[in-house]
Amino acid sequence: MTEPAPTPVTPTAVTPTRDPRISYDAGTYALRLGDDALVLAQRMGEWVASAPQLEEDVALANIALDLLGQARPLLSYAGSLLPGADGAARSEDELAYLRDERDFTNVQLVELADNGDFGRCVARLLVFSAWQQELYASLAGASDDTLAAVAAKAVKEAAYHRDHATQWVLRLGDGTAESHQRMQAAVDAVWPYVEELFEPDAVTSSLAAVGMAVDPASLRDPVLGYVSAVLERATLAVPSTRVRHSGGRHGIHTEAMGHLLAELQHVARSHPGASW
Amino acid sequence: MSAVSGSAADIRSLVAEVPDPEIPVLTIDDLGVLRNVAIDDSGQVTVTITPTYSGCPAMDAIANDVRTRLAAAGHLAVEVRLELSPAWTSDWMSTAGRHKLRNYGIAPPSGRASIRAETPSVVPLTLSVRCPQCGSPDTGELSRFGSTACKALWQCRACREPFDRFKDH
Repeated sequence: MTEPAPTPVTPTAVTPTRDPRISYDAGTYALRLGDDALVLAQRMGEWVASAPQLEEDVALANIALDLLGQARPLLSYAGSLLPGADGAARSEDELAYLRDERDFTNVQLVELADNGDFGRCVARLLVFSAWQQELYASLAGASDDTLAAVAAKAVKEAAYHRDHATQWVLRLGDGTAESHQRMQAAVDAVWPYVEELFEPDAVTSSLAAVGMAVDPASLRDPVLGYVSAVLERATLAVPSTRVRHSGGRHGIHTEAMGHLLAELQHVARSHPGASW
Repeated sequence: MSAVSGSAADIRSLVAEVPDPEIPVLTIDDLGVLRNVAIDDSGQVTVTITPTYSGCPAMDAIANDVRTRLAAAGHLAVEVRLELSPAWTSDWMSTAGRHKLRNYGIAPPSGRASIRAETPSVVPLTLSVRCPQCGSPDTGELSRFGSTACKALWQCRACREPFDRFKDH
């Protein structure tokens, strides 16, 4: 018997008619959150077969898979609200593989290269998962059904990632003199990219006003509270730097981003339309 | 092919037997992944499934298996829908599923994940996980992640056997 052609599994139905401005903002917001998850999934995937121990290869791959799973419905939803020039909805694959660097709206934190430094991987995961956990916990109650459904599902995953990062930061920060120094250096390296997570703009303000998004600024205290408490328990200092980088939400990225996209998109762009 | 009739309950019992591709000892019904089966007057069947974890790679395979099984019974107009809400929890695993899992050598989830999730301020205390090989409660976690998103790696201190544990989620 011939296998029936696989029909794509559809995400939760799109909310029908609403104010076009709100639709555009909701699409932009979903795209940002989807890009955050997609780009970090790609970064964490780089650790497979290179982590300090086999169990960690498995752990980081699992976390990357969760993030990729979160990115898919977010990008599909964004593609339905931000159609292409021909008016047709853009698919998750089009958005992931065929956009250029300036069209990606992830925060810079997720694109930073670890360059084989496991401390940086863990420091970034601590901050990002603490942020994602607080974000999704609030977004689960949002008035947008699709965003609320994705968030309610993903919040448990983010909490598990946060626990994992917490255990590593405690172990390395409060470990040997060498591990302590390297963990502190990793936290210091990541810190200038943290504040971008909490920056509101016109998109989040207009959506938050109608209960469809979480005001990023409202996440600052709980996230930094959690992260600071972990750093303190790990005998690490909360960095005092006032340097802050941002621009990711508007397509401004670091040098690392182009290299990441080259690896992420190369096959899809070299073999357009290929399937397997 | 002749027209096939069947009630939603009949179709559900067909679909309910679809095994999970990664833990084939369990069906999608045992797992709580199968949420609903409906058939309308025209014979169009709609099967609703929900993923365990957001990135569960088994969903496409499950959707294909559902369509294949229904096609074999003559149901060709089938839509498989993926529903995210309400979010899946390991508490939805059936009692039969828990027994099958233990006999297969995987420690089942506690069935109390939601209770613990409702008190997030409390540091989660790991309830004793019994070794599926020898039954000892003297076990420990080796790795919080395992061969699939839904499992962690544990070891029994009594019989020394490593085993998979289906995570509370």
